Amino acid sequence: MSDKSLSTPPKAGGKSGKPKEASKPEMTGSEIFCQTLISEGVETMFGYPGGVVLPVFDALYDSPINFILSRHEQGATHMADAYARATGKVGVVLVTSGPGATNTVTGIATAYMDSTPMVVITGQVKTPLIGNDAFQEADTTGITRPITKHNCIVKNVKDLERSLREAFFIARTGRPGPVLIDLPLDVSIAKTNLNGSEQQMDLPGYRVRPLGHLRQIKRAAEAINAAERPVIYAGGGVILSDAAQELTALVNKANVPITTTLLGLGGFDENDPKSLHMLGMHGTAYANFAVQECDVLVAIGARFDDRITGDVKRFAPNAKVIHIDIDPASISKNVKVDIPVVGDAKNILTELVNFVEHRDRPGWFERIEGWKQKYPLVYDNNTEGIKPQYVIEEVSRQTKGQALITTGVGQHQMWAAQFYRFSRPRHFITSGGLGTMGFGFPAAIGAQIAMPDEVVVNFDGDSSFSMTLNELPTAVEHKLPVKVCVLNNGYMGMVRQWQELFYGKRYSKSFLQHPSFAKVAEAFGAVGLTATKKVEVPEIVERMLKEKQCCVVDFHVEREENVWPMVASGSGLHEMAGLPTESIERL
Amino acid sequence: MPTTKHTISALVQNKPGVLAHVAQMFAARSFNIDSLAVGRTEDPDISRMTIVVLANDSTVEQVRKQLGKIIPVVKVHDWTDENLVQRDLMLVKVAAPPEKRTEIQSLIEMFQAKVVDIGPKFVMVEVTGPEEKIEAFIDMCRPYGVKDVARTGIIAMPRHPRSPRQQAKENK
Repeated sequence: MSDKSLSTPPKAGGKSGKPKEASKPEMTGSEIFCQTLISEGVETMFGYPGGVVLPVFDALYDSPINFILSRHEQGATHMADAYARATGKVGVVLVTSGPGATNTVTGIATAYMDSTPMVVITGQVKTPLIGNDAFQEADTTGITRPITKHNCIVKNVKDLERSLREAFFIARTGRPGPVLIDLPLDVSIAKTNLNGSEQQMDLPGYRVRPLGHLRQIKRAAEAINAAERPVIYAGGGVILSDAAQELTALVNKANVPITTTLLGLGGFDENDPKSLHMLGMHGTAYANFAVQECDVLVAIGARFDDRITGDVKRFAPNAKVIHIDIDPASISKNVKVDIPVVGDAKNILTELVNFVEHRDRPGWFERIEGWKQKYPLVYDNNTEGIKPQYVIEEVSRQTKGQALITTGVGQHQMWAAQFYRFSRPRHFITSGGLGTMGFGFPAAIGAQIAMPDEVVVNFDGDSSFSMTLNELPTAVEHKLPVKVCVLNNGYMGMVRQWQELFYGKRYSKSFLQHPSFAKVAEAFGAVGLTATKKVEVPEIVERMLKEKQCCVVDFHVEREENVWPMVASGSGLHEMAGLPTESIERL
Repeated sequence: MPTTKHTISALVQNKPGVLAHVAQMFAARSFNIDSLAVGRTEDPDISRMTIVVLANDSTVEQVRKQLGKIIPVVKVHDWTDENLVQRDLMLVKVAAPPEKRTEIQSLIEMFQAKVVDIGPKFVMVEVTGPEEKIEAFIDMCRPYGVKDVARTGIIAMPRHPRSPRQQAKENK
């Protein structure tokens, strides 16, 4: 993405791109598959075998690629997603046709919404059977077209290497995303030469513009220099383009307060006084107020999602909006942009920092500090029972904010974002766009495989964990010391919170009967612990962090705790409920 | 913002699934297709889709950008402000009892249309022209009875010279 040499598709098949001598030995599609993946730098991949991909799995038997067998294809896809988010490499998934392919749909859609570079290879029935409703046949390219950056079916083995190279190229460049290759059985056993003249990439409709327009960058710098009350709003694009360092340089040189989205957490050190932490529906009051009052809003690798803007008509009403993004379709999609800069965040920020000047902005920082004092993120911890926020704060304290955190989706996800203090990129892996419950645990497995030396903690909800805990044997088999903190309130917490607030406490189907998660963990060969009292938390966290194997801790937390503050759907971003004082700031 | 008809042209690679992809994108993003015509170009690897969209200006901008993101879409033109030659081709069966045939024949001549088939009860007429002309011909035929209509949808091409503003917008 940030590699300028990637702005035009390189030729496949060796540096010269010239056809290799015709005397090369013939290879099967499956052998070509393995060889191409290795030459694309794939060391680890995830998946699940099945009928039509047996030739590919047979070729993998002799391959040096580390294959992680999941217990469900959805798990494999989330693992590959997290592997990609933790490393910046392309995550790779191999599954069979039909149900194997349809089971990856949720994982692919998750990766698509959060722009994760991923290549998914699905088996397909033999080409003569396609369209005949054959056994385990599904129209995989048809099903996944709306949730992939690109997909295609390879019907001729001569196209296989090129298609795979195109898939990796498309997945990792521009705005990254998942690419799916559908591989019929007969193509995987057909033979051809690996290199041929037809192997050049054929992507006339794919252009990546990594460099920002200099005139637009200068205009952006002028607006920032002239601003009295600027705010930077950084999203997942900063992480994807490895631009955290450049972002920090900009914040420090221009002296601008910064807030990040859920996916942008870790793009800037949250312990820095200029950090306003997360904005949006469950963001901090000081971040939301600052955005609503700012005169220049600098959006970097973010897309003005509805969970960020609140009522979009009343979003940042006085701001001149600068938007830095590699996807031109993100510009002015939801919010009208005054100064668009299309390109890779890392390149643009490197340039932009040269043109911004230091400003003191004393009044602005003072006003923000006032909000920080008046409306800090707080919760009542004077209880005998365990507050979920307290568990997160305790893990944050004991890991010194240095763990790699994954989450499921719901209340626990928001508390993790609010109460864990992130300082480094690629250390918070969560499903932001799609909001996929069950993402956290397989994501922790993928992240731990990618980063064997990191402490990986999955903050999970009881309901989220229940969706994918079938991957426990995967973690045990690979001796992964993944930590799972189940913040167990016996509800789908966020659903219950909305039912409490907006549906007259009618808790319709949001209550769940759970097993003992500790015993479940033990049955699978992992360590299982349970905590029911606040006093037990520090010790049990310490024990969990010392474990050398997969460890699940079932924290029985206060059941009806809510996530505050909150911007109700349709409200302005400054109209926050649940602030520490009753008065709502007049803006 | 007012909703108007915009003519968009997309050059696409002749690959399986491209039409489905374009149609699916329109449906998924709630864009309204008024007509869609696809045909080969002088290059056998490239087809042209001419899409008429009912949208306001900011939506049509999104349409253009989202089309550009589809990888087999090679180039997108928004011909909204362009001086265009637009043509729609229609085959229409009009009820034509013998006593009305002279009237209908003069109508056909007025529209520079032509009769391509004739039966005891009706005539089949081929009409080409801009959409308004086609619509007007249908309206004129209604009193006699319109039995069947098949239309290609609009295809278009800008006249030369083109406005500089339009040329600047052309970059995908």
